[in-house]
Amino acid sequence: MSCAENTRVTASTCCYCGVGCGVLIEHSNDRIIAVSGDPAHPANHGKLCSKGATLHLTGDIDARGLYPQLRLDKSQAPTGCDWNSALDHAARVFAQTIKDHGPDSVAFYISGQLLTEDYYAFNKLARALVGTNNIDSNSRLCMSSAVVGYKRSLGADAPPCSYQDVELSDCILIAGSNMAYAHPVLFRRLEEAKARRPQMKVIVVDPRRTDTCDIADLHLAILPGTDVALFHGILHILIDQGWLDHDFIAQHTDGFDALKARVQDFNPVSVATICGISQAQLQACAQMIGQAPSFLSLWCMGLNQSTAGTAKNSALINLHLATGQIGKAGAGPFSLTGQPNAMGGRETGSLANLLPGHREAGNSEHRNEVAGYWGVEALPETPGLSAIELFEQVRSGKVKALWIACTNPAQSLPDQTRVHQALASCPFVVVQEAFFTTETCAYADLLLPASSWGEKDGCVTNSERRVSHVRSAIAAPAEAKADWQIACEFARKLETLIRPGLPSLFNFTRPEQLFDEYKALTQGRDLDLSGLSYAILDQHGPQQWPFPKGAQQGTARLYQDHVFATANGRAQFQAETYCAPLEETNGRYSLVLNTGRLRDHWHGMSRTGTAARLFGHVEEAVLSLHSDELRRRKLNDGELIKVRSRRGSLIVPVQADDDIRPGQAYLPMHWGDRFLKGLGTNVLTQPGYDQQSKQPELKHAVIDIDKVELPWTFFALVEGDIQKRFSQLRPLFEHFAYASFTLTGSEHPALQIRAANPAAPDGELLASIDRLLSIDSAMVLAYDDPKRAIGKRVRLDSGRIIALRLAGETSAQDWLKSMWREAQTDDQLRRWLLAPLSAAARQGSSAGNKTLCNCMSVSQQTICDAIGQGMDLNQLKQNLGCGTSCGSCVPEIKRLLQAQLTVC
Amino acid sequence: MKKLKLVMIGNGMAGVRTLEELIKLSPELYDITVFGAEPHPNYNRILLSPVLAGEQTFDDILLNDHSWYADNNIKLLLGRKVTQINRRQRLVTADDGSTAEYDRLLIATGSTPFMLPIPGNSLEGVIGYRDIADTQVMMDTAKTHSHAVVIGGGLLGLEAAHGLKLRGMDVTVVHIGETLLERQLDSTAGKLLQKSLEERGLKFMLPKQTAELLDNGQGRVCAVKFTGGDIIAADLVVMAAGIRPNTRLAEASGIACNRGILVNDTLQTFDPRVYAIGECANHRGTAYGLVAPLFEQAKVCANHLAQLGYSRYQGSVTSTKLKVTGIDLFSAGEFIGGEGTETITLSDPIGGIYKKLVIRDDVLVGACLYGDTADGGWYFRQIREQHNISQTRDHLMFGENAIEAVGPQGQDQTANMPGNAQVWSDNSVYQYKIGTAIQAAGLEHNHELR
Repeated sequence: MSCAENTRVTASTCCYCGVGCGVLIEHSNDRIIAVSGDPAHPANHGKLCSKGATLHLTGDIDARGLYPQLRLDKSQAPTGCDWNSALDHAARVFAQTIKDHGPDSVAFYISGQLLTEDYYAFNKLARALVGTNNIDSNSRLCMSSAVVGYKRSLGADAPPCSYQDVELSDCILIAGSNMAYAHPVLFRRLEEAKARRPQMKVIVVDPRRTDTCDIADLHLAILPGTDVALFHGILHILIDQGWLDHDFIAQHTDGFDALKARVQDFNPVSVATICGISQAQLQACAQMIGQAPSFLSLWCMGLNQSTAGTAKNSALINLHLATGQIGKAGAGPFSLTGQPNAMGGRETGSLANLLPGHREAGNSEHRNEVAGYWGVEALPETPGLSAIELFEQVRSGKVKALWIACTNPAQSLPDQTRVHQALASCPFVVVQEAFFTTETCAYADLLLPASSWGEKDGCVTNSERRVSHVRSAIAAPAEAKADWQIACEFARKLETLIRPGLPSLFNFTRPEQLFDEYKALTQGRDLDLSGLSYAILDQHGPQQWPFPKGAQQGTARLYQDHVFATANGRAQFQAETYCAPLEETNGRYSLVLNTGRLRDHWHGMSRTGTAARLFGHVEEAVLSLHSDELRRRKLNDGELIKVRSRRGSLIVPVQADDDIRPGQAYLPMHWGDRFLKGLGTNVLTQPGYDQQSKQPELKHAVIDIDKVELPWTFFALVEGDIQKRFSQLRPLFEHFAYASFTLTGSEHPALQIRAANPAAPDGELLASIDRLLSIDSAMVLAYDDPKRAIGKRVRLDSGRIIALRLAGETSAQDWLKSMWREAQTDDQLRRWLLAPLSAAARQGSSAGNKTLCNCMSVSQQTICDAIGQGMDLNQLKQNLGCGTSCGSCVPEIKRLLQAQLTVC
Repeated sequence: MKKLKLVMIGNGMAGVRTLEELIKLSPELYDITVFGAEPHPNYNRILLSPVLAGEQTFDDILLNDHSWYADNNIKLLLGRKVTQINRRQRLVTADDGSTAEYDRLLIATGSTPFMLPIPGNSLEGVIGYRDIADTQVMMDTAKTHSHAVVIGGGLLGLEAAHGLKLRGMDVTVVHIGETLLERQLDSTAGKLLQKSLEERGLKFMLPKQTAELLDNGQGRVCAVKFTGGDIIAADLVVMAAGIRPNTRLAEASGIACNRGILVNDTLQTFDPRVYAIGECANHRGTAYGLVAPLFEQAKVCANHLAQLGYSRYQGSVTSTKLKVTGIDLFSAGEFIGGEGTETITLSDPIGGIYKKLVIRDDVLVGACLYGDTADGGWYFRQIREQHNISQTRDHLMFGENAIEAVGPQGQDQTANMPGNAQVWSDNSVYQYKIGTAIQAAGLEHNHELR
């Protein structure tokens, strides 16, 4: 085949989480054909998770931005224009705004998914050219508490461990991280290590019983937000028991006495009460930590996304310092990053308060160093706005021109009502984005198409400080450009307007030039990577910083000499007290809402939301509650409810989930307004933030739920042109109280819509919907009972269902969907397609229909059936293939085996 | 005891059925005399179309042979047309001069095709479609001529057209309405039917009004001319543009008529000795053209003739079926819908199926089925029995099987519906059952009245 002859393989990295796995991209000149794990990459040794392994299935061209689009009037839709006039226009508006209102009237909001070179270009643009510190990144939502935590305690924002330490450790504490979902490949490594050394102890601290708990020796389901109390309580016991490294404390730390006094009050009785766990559990946890030869902790958003995020980080690091568990194999506080290059962002100074090379924007010496290097007079002194503050100032009108790159604040920030108001009111919004389908794009006055995974060239740093060279396999589609390139081209245009006659600061034609200019700024800093180059990365593979000039290899572990990056070289104990989360339950809001990840989706789903297969595990937004809560509220599984917080409300189905404690609720963070009408999950979450890290408390809001009466229901499914139809249909569903969009299927992907309303919509709206579903033609099976506002349509192609729409009466939706997925219809069956048959659905509950193993497309029902025949895990793997590829589904399969079919 | 004398004028299906019912009830009460204008004993007029289509023979459709009349002591006078009723003398006279006295008279003269009052309507080759003779003309003409035009897109016209097509003629159906079978189908079903018949080679001109039938110069029709002036060739013109009840005889004897002989609920005219039944009778404003109501009338009429009198006829809900092999259509009741009614429709263009149910005040009052008439009989029963369907409404369209699965209160018990072999076998049994039910009901042409 000619196609096979042209196939090449390019080694690059995965664009999802911070594990930073290496991928081998199989591609032709213009098309990515397949993806596999890179056996040579030290992060994953060839493994990939369900998301990484399906990268080649994502990125539907219909969702991509292909040409710049501009609108001069907010009431109009943007229309296509050429790059030159697009950027000319942007430069004019920015220059005018800066001239009229000062440099702080413009802002840049960028992303942990950018490459290091992109970051660097944006930083230079904001701080050196525009002269503002108003550049913040979505890393503010995920890592800024860890940044402050590391810096306060250890002196630098540097995770001291390597992934290998995870395998070497004797005791691992996983706090506020469902790494089985969020960092699956590292979790696989941990699973395997524990299988090899069963004596290894794993403690999971999480209010929910997640898949991560499957390998836990101890699960502490603490009450949400009580982590500081827990860590202080553990330290209290460590002190009591003498499980401390007194020498380490004496020689390498400061502030232990103050901390000791602080934790005095955190005795086991009160800590057990605060945290909602037993004293025995607390004791067991302290003992595992205190007696472990090596102790390592992993954490993520459960600690960071909190008004006490910094305190939580510090309290956890305290445990390592008190026990001397840092700077040695299998030990250390190891923060997991959520984004592929959140680390790179921190390194290049892509938070408002930072400067390149782990410098501080508030530090005049640092400013002078960077200004000197860049050849500008000075860098701005005024503190920049962090994400929450930034959007608040956009809303208040102080920020008048906003440049957003590679992130989707209209989905990801808390309190979406205000964010949408802000974006709608901002005089000039530029969105630089690979996917023009995101919620934020709707607010863009100028939309700039960016290149994306597989098309980009540059560097990323993963959670273990490892820098990988990201290589492009194919060219970006149409006129899409690399993010650094867009930033630089814009900068050059802006220069001529606000810095005329001076030599350009942005004479970059290749990303490598940006990297080389940037790396010199790290020289002599804790993260010194001045010894790295594209050539070294290409020759020796990914490297961990520090990698100073002349180094032969990277640094696997920091602080082995116990000299810390603080002024006096000693680590600093932090003695903060425990503060409860900002919002507490009361009579009006009786539940605590936690948000988090799904196994097969990532962030705002701009990429994963283009692959139908990734919706097989969880199809749509559902609020999970303990079954006692459902019983108490007389709610049924699957019933639609209105969930409300102080800021907004959403209509979603509820589902019983006894992995959540009563009094709590869980809603995945991924669902934005595109997928779930009503601005998505974050319409509920709160913008209150940690005063030091400015990271918002996305994982803790009080809510309550009310019954809703939405008797008129709607269900539709349509194959083909998914993204186009999605974009066209979604606005029509603003008129419905509830509307949930999703993708479904694997071989024949389809768009699926579920909606509900108090009464039927008008016929004209339904007719418009039908046109977009392509079921308005004569050759469609139709059932209509206008009096009851019932209308059903099924479109067949050679006996296969290719589109269907049920309105007013949807009881056959699950049955029809199974017909769509599996069956050819014949005359006999066709007779029943429009009938209100719900039985087939009830037989196999919707849970049974979900795809458990995405790699091999094995449903939960199939696995349950096989378990019923007496198969064990190995037989299941052998016979069904499930769990043999990425392994993400293995914890769930194990649970099914353990549950002895009770759910089947 | 001396027997009463019963005379029946007309030897068709409705009348003979009355005699059969009467003999069952009271075989010895009457001396019976029957006058028949046709030279044949009672045959099944409904099945003339299958005869024309070549699917049956005249012998196949005979209902009562000569020996039946003899066995029941019925005096059968064939080929004799009654010309006068003398109610004072209680005497009828036929065209051959033969007479018969009566104590009770049963008029069952049926109807005649309506021949359009246009020039050329009496030319050779211009016929109605009513009896064996007409059928024979068509069969003979098909052997010698090629162009047939059927005027009227009702049941009878379409059956004639279909039969002529099968016999090799080039057939054009001319219809004055917008769609075919307007009395039986709504326009959606009518169009489906037209499409299906077109696929079988029939041509349609509609809406179209015939102005004149043209002479070939030898007294035979050669073409049809329309009001617009256009002309098509025609060697045979079949008028199927409705029927007229045969009331002339009754009218002449002073019996009240108005689009049929007016009868009461015991099928008696104002003269209580004189009964009228079938297509010639007008009961509560309706002259029925379908056989099922006529058989209901026969039962009541016989009951009264037998001097029992406890039975009353209160009108019928009618249903129709087109006897064109491979085309299933069914309609019953108020299938058009209208004020105060709600409709539920289902359409399956792949299967060529269209169904419409009409509901008023939670009762099924009409049904129109095209392509899949398996549930026709069941709907017909629902309409007649006036069941409240509010609990089963969403399942109603899917027929008896679905309702049984749902249960009377609408609770869903469809645990093993489609995909389950047992259901399918049940279903096929059911279809068979309905098929026979329709035949048993013996649905006949709707001979429209104008």
